[in-house]
Amino acid sequence: MGSIENLVTQIQGLSGSIDDIAHLHNILKVADESLHAEPSALSSVLDQVDPAKHSLGYLYFLEAFTSGPVSKEQALTLIPILARFINCCDAQQIRFAPDKFVSVCKRFKDHVLLIESPLRGVSPMRAAVRKLQTTSEHLTTLHPDFLLLCLLSKSYNIGLSVLEDDIFDVDQPRDLFLYCYYGGMICIGQKRFRKALELLHNVVTAPMNAINAIAVEAYKKYILVSLIHYGQFSTSLPKYASSAAQRNLKNFCQPYIELATTYSSGKIAEFKIYVDTNREKYDNDKNLGLVKQVVSSMYKHNIQRLTQTYLTLSLQDIANTVQLGSPKEAEMHVLQMIQDGEIFATINQKDGMVRFLEDPEQYKTCQMIEHIDSSIQRIMTLSRKLNAMDELMSYDPLYLSKVRTCFEILRQVTVVSEGFVSSGWEGATEIRL
Amino acid sequence: MEPEDEIYENGGGEQPPPRSKPIISGEQLDVETYASLYRDRTKVARLLFIADRCDNGAMPLEALRMEALRMAYDEIKKGENTQLFREVVNKIGGMLGDKYEMDAAWCETVDRRAEQKKEKLENELNSYRTNLIKESIRMGYNDFGDFHYAHGALGDAFKSYVRTRDYCTTSKHIISMCMNAILVSIEMGQFTHVTSYVSKAEQSPDALDPITVAKLRCAAGLAHLETKKYKLAARKFLETGPELGSHYNEVIAAQDVATYGGLCALASFDRTELKNKVIDNLNFRNFLELVPEVRELINDFYSSHYASCLEYLGNLKPNLLLDIHLHDHVETLYDQIRHKALIQYTHPFVSVDLRMMANAFKTSVAGLEKELEALITDNQIQARIDSHNKILYARHADQRNATFQRVLQTGSEFDRDVRSMLLRANLIKYDHNLRASRKL
Repeated sequence: MGSIENLVTQIQGLSGSIDDIAHLHNILKVADESLHAEPSALSSVLDQVDPAKHSLGYLYFLEAFTSGPVSKEQALTLIPILARFINCCDAQQIRFAPDKFVSVCKRFKDHVLLIESPLRGVSPMRAAVRKLQTTSEHLTTLHPDFLLLCLLSKSYNIGLSVLEDDIFDVDQPRDLFLYCYYGGMICIGQKRFRKALELLHNVVTAPMNAINAIAVEAYKKYILVSLIHYGQFSTSLPKYASSAAQRNLKNFCQPYIELATTYSSGKIAEFKIYVDTNREKYDNDKNLGLVKQVVSSMYKHNIQRLTQTYLTLSLQDIANTVQLGSPKEAEMHVLQMIQDGEIFATINQKDGMVRFLEDPEQYKTCQMIEHIDSSIQRIMTLSRKLNAMDELMSYDPLYLSKVRTCFEILRQVTVVSEGFVSSGWEGATEIRL
Repeated sequence: MEPEDEIYENGGGEQPPPRSKPIISGEQLDVETYASLYRDRTKVARLLFIADRCDNGAMPLEALRMEALRMAYDEIKKGENTQLFREVVNKIGGMLGDKYEMDAAWCETVDRRAEQKKEKLENELNSYRTNLIKESIRMGYNDFGDFHYAHGALGDAFKSYVRTRDYCTTSKHIISMCMNAILVSIEMGQFTHVTSYVSKAEQSPDALDPITVAKLRCAAGLAHLETKKYKLAARKFLETGPELGSHYNEVIAAQDVATYGGLCALASFDRTELKNKVIDNLNFRNFLELVPEVRELINDFYSSHYASCLEYLGNLKPNLLLDIHLHDHVETLYDQIRHKALIQYTHPFVSVDLRMMANAFKTSVAGLEKELEALITDNQIQARIDSHNKILYARHADQRNATFQRVLQTGSEFDRDVRSMLLRANLIKYDHNLRASRKL
């Protein structure tokens, strides 16, 4: 007890400047063992320490306090304490002990899930993510947990706001996979298929030595979203995808690849039959909703193709070409597409005709100019970043030594080949490199 | 002269005057006259092909078939190929009477003679080889090649001819070797060899006489035709000089040059090339005289009388399907010609009434709409169909908008790709650092 009292006074004293906090950190590290020995004694101490000013100390106490299994009732009491801490802790102090912070947050997430109200955890986790990040491009271990809570509580918008940031620095590759996978699912939920494709593509083509389950699941969704958004899917992965992925991914996703080939044949009836026969498999992967969206997207793509060849077309003809049941269904589909902004058309109900119009975008408005301008700025920043990275790498000693070895080999080969030329073939000696 | 503001139908016109009966025409093939164009092996091959094609039991075709088989029998009997003889007799199956039965005695005599000749040739060749007289060895192999060819062993014939290459001294020898090799390769259907030997013969240092040049062009054209390179085939056939006459009857007749050349040109040339190389080509005109229907149909196409052009094509089709080299290309060539006609029709107009167009092409509006839809989707015609009023409107893409759209799209793709690239680079760096730290 006495040592804890000591610690408390030290914490209260040394939570001023950065040097003090560093000193405090060392003390805390040493005292960590003893803290873990008596977790129950800490509950009273917690009130004495202010989470906002003495964040580091509070963190150590809290971490020791919450270690060990908890029941539902205990979780209920703990959650407000943890939430309060996360919301008002000082980011600078936290960063001294990031892994402690991470484990506290993870436990918070577990408690929230235990009492089955993920919504309570969303806002604190968001704050936690922001505090742990060093820059907005940094991916922490907490990102995937945060996204998981968003998914479970269906608060997609908050998830999206975090997803808008570009990610470049990664702590752990596994975090990236989970982050992109959950992020992809959130985007699918909000029907932002382009962003979903981007995220899922990152998972599938990330460098990995061996296939992992996250990549497999991501690939399945990738196939489906690609069909919905583009209407086509190419089974060949780009060259930069890891060889493990290129060899093995397809084997795990057979039903989906066959789905894609049936889709590309364009026959809706056959496609529907195929979907029905494999319903269970898709259901087991929880992709059935997505598959249904693929079916409806087939109609959309067929109608879009019609806009390229026809100026006006009767609803009956649309129904026949796209293999819908009746002109009424065709009308509904076209109406839906016009409302979603996917095609530009007018329906003449008197004649039962649809008139397809050109895209009215003239690229002359102020908003368009602003949009183009901001895109240019964005891309310039990106290329600056790329250049900076290239420069950095060219100073790297490992790279330089490798380049030197290559030059050496090249030089030796030229010398020897000159030897061949001057002394003739008969006098050539072996090349030794 | 039609008054200016009346839209007038494209594709009408008076009927052409009737002409004398040509050989490749719209009417039923006269097997005898057709076969008289050729000689040797190709005659037999073509007759057998016709017989196979006519093998579906319809009455007029049955008569054709029997005629073809009869002539084949006669022709084979003049030669020494017992294998082919047996085949023909099987096909005839005794339906042509006693005179066309299996003549076993003839077969035996021919075979025995062949054996003796073979022995004799072998002995001669061996003696020449020991004497190392180049010219005799070459003649020996040549004779061997001829022998095998006459007896239908095409692979052996080819090998023998090719062996003479080492013993050729003058360019004349080389050319004769090439011509023999080409002949056998065409019979075997190995057109890659044909192309290589044609180029070999053309590279000979001496000037070739015009007949050989014409023969080589025909052979090259045939090779391109078989490999579906219709444009090159057309060019080769069109360059064939009229000296060819009937000198290459063992492979191809002058009528064939005209037909193949004309159809391939029509399917693959654009208007300027068609005019320069076909219609204004004096040399080729001689060939076209032999097949006036092809000449008429090319002229009709050029002057936009599509209905009559397509009618001629339709008439020619059954006979062309009986041609040994052209039969599997007929469909493709016809489709290409039809598509070209459709595209050419719509090209000069801003709007086209589909009903008139259907009339000009003698098809229904619905069918025409389907064909046009396929061509538009393929981007061969830049237009859009007003299905309600049945009008085709030409549509010219707005360059400015298209450029803006492309720019924005490229920008966002670049953005996305660079970002994922940087991410991947960071991942690899992390992995590398991890491994490095583990090693330490």
